[in-house]
Amino acid sequence: MQLREPDSSVWTAKPTTQPMRILVIEDDREAASWLIKGLAESGHVADHAVDGEQGLNMASEGLHDVLIVDRLLPKLDGLSIIRKLREDGVKTPVLILSALADVDERVKGLRAGGDDYLGKPYAFSELLARVENLGRRSGEAPLETRLKAADLEIDLLTRTVTRGGKPIVLQPREFKLLEYLVRNAGHIVTRTMLLENVWDYHFDPQTNVIDVHVSRLRSKIDKGYDEPILQTVRGAGYMIRDS
Amino acid sequence: MTARIKLLRTSTFRLAALYLILFAVSVSALLGYVYWNTAVLLERQTDDTIRAEVQALADQYRLRGLRGIIDTIQRRSVDESGSVYLLAGVEGVRIAGNLTSLPDIPTDEASWIEFPLDVERGSGRERHTARAFHTNLAGGFNLVVGRDVEALRQFATIIRRTIFYALAIALVLGLGGGLLMSRNFLRRVDAITEASRTIMAGNMAGRMPVQGSNDELDRLALALNEMLDQIESLMGAMKEVSSNVAHDLKTPLTRIKARVEAALRSGSEDEYRAALERTVDESDRLLATFNALLSIARAEAGQSRGGLVALDASTIIADVVELYEPMAEEAGGTLVSEAPAGLTVLGDRQLLAQALTNLFDNALKYGASPGSTPQISVSGRIEGDKVIISVNDHGVGIAPEDRGRVTERFVRLDSSRTEPGNGLGLSLVSGVMKLHKGTLVLEDNHPGLAAKLVLPLHRADS
Repeated sequence: MQLREPDSSVWTAKPTTQPMRILVIEDDREAASWLIKGLAESGHVADHAVDGEQGLNMASEGLHDVLIVDRLLPKLDGLSIIRKLREDGVKTPVLILSALADVDERVKGLRAGGDDYLGKPYAFSELLARVENLGRRSGEAPLETRLKAADLEIDLLTRTVTRGGKPIVLQPREFKLLEYLVRNAGHIVTRTMLLENVWDYHFDPQTNVIDVHVSRLRSKIDKGYDEPILQTVRGAGYMIRDS
Repeated sequence: MTARIKLLRTSTFRLAALYLILFAVSVSALLGYVYWNTAVLLERQTDDTIRAEVQALADQYRLRGLRGIIDTIQRRSVDESGSVYLLAGVEGVRIAGNLTSLPDIPTDEASWIEFPLDVERGSGRERHTARAFHTNLAGGFNLVVGRDVEALRQFATIIRRTIFYALAIALVLGLGGGLLMSRNFLRRVDAITEASRTIMAGNMAGRMPVQGSNDELDRLALALNEMLDQIESLMGAMKEVSSNVAHDLKTPLTRIKARVEAALRSGSEDEYRAALERTVDESDRLLATFNALLSIARAEAGQSRGGLVALDASTIIADVVELYEPMAEEAGGTLVSEAPAGLTVLGDRQLLAQALTNLFDNALKYGASPGSTPQISVSGRIEGDKVIISVNDHGVGIAPEDRGRVTERFVRLDSSRTEPGNGLGLSLVSGVMKLHKGTLVLEDNHPGLAAKLVLPLHRADS
């Protein structure tokens, strides 16, 4: 479940990344058509497979940037599809979409070779952020020592942060938070993604703890600068400006 | 007929029958022993005495000749001890003794004989039985020495009859007692069966009959009644939960419906938009409630107990404190923690962290006394074989009579109704504790609340 600001408005889709070709393997046609419509509005191209076998065949062609796979499918279940693909050397990033959402199931999904796991029901903005995150991950350079977004620079070796050449002192967790945001610079990062990737918690705290942490980070990196680098995307999450 | 078959099939009856057989065998053995030691022994002693007397008389004859034996027999025949003597000639003619004539003797050889004997009693003649030893002395004389064994025989008959009646009475009593006992047992089992049937038919107030004798059946009935009490209270809680769920779902759904209808009536695009946005918010809240309910159910069912690993609770405390510290500071309060390393528990990091965040959420919401800011302290320590994580605040606390209730699903105290929340926070904490074989203890912090997670300490060797 997605965390929202009190004054949240419905997030309007806009492309935040390069157009991707996405395969949706989902037997619920109505759910799939909403999903495909949303992806198309966000500038992506989506194909649809209605059962496990068709999904596996289409995914095996290796033409897609990201696969969105439901777990409970006719003919062949989602985890078996992923295992088969990985055995055949197909490395397309997979987002598992399932009503089975507790930690044990999540672990099963990731062990089978999935790259991310999202429980149903989900907010579309959350799904889009994760899909785009996966799409980028496939082309990412494996080893970096410096991250850069606009005039903000992070040195991962010395663990120092500078903005416009001026050093910024951060607590370890703030550093981790900023690092994750900067790695996804130019893209929306949801509160749930932050909670999962920065704190490794897979549940929803009742209060918006993440907002407080982000606003503290913001006060350190944006205070005294005309152009804020850390932006709040209403109803969706946060984004670091990359230019 | 069927009742009798049923009775024969009961284990009590079979047991009673087995005991009856054992009882009969041992009674028979006892009575047989008594018979052997009285009637049989007395007869043998009589035989021995007769044999000794025959020997003595034969000696007399040998030493002192006919005269000597006649003297002795005549002397002995006088007393009324019931002894019988006869010395007869070759033709069977009486020479001496208290028998008038020689009884029918089957052979010439020495042998035991029994014959009727007429005895003079004050009132008249009585026919008795005599037992005697007949032997031939040198010279062709017949010697018969015996005893009146009538009394002995009567005594033996009485003993035999007594044994027979005793056995018969024992068998009848044992059988009747066994039947009565097992019928009584059956009646009580039937009562329990009947009570279970009425309960199964829906009368949850029904209970097993208890006699008050505290025997096995009573103890069984008491245990069953305790189980029924537990089931009844669980069912009551279930009913309350489901009606609470229904209520908690109905309220936001009614709100959504009202808002959407109002928007539709207004026909304005802005109203549509606003209504849809609020609908999304309400559905999010509903989903959050469902997720919380599912988490509680999962934790309580102990589904992921297999996923528990040894971990240091102090790191979980540190992590969650780090997550919540800014929240407390934002509210103008403080969150301090003291938890030394080594608080090893068998646990699930996610669930324990979630339980702690729920306690922190509560402490932030209700942990400030009116007009002041939340002062929250967290401590972790080992006490005996327990790890205790305590979250203390100085807020309004929870009244002692409400402490048992607040862990139930959807229970919100009147003082907290103004705050956002779904009344599931402490239910989840208590569910997580159940999974970890721990307990949630709520105490007075004078003022405020001390919420303690008491977990079993995990030792590497155990």
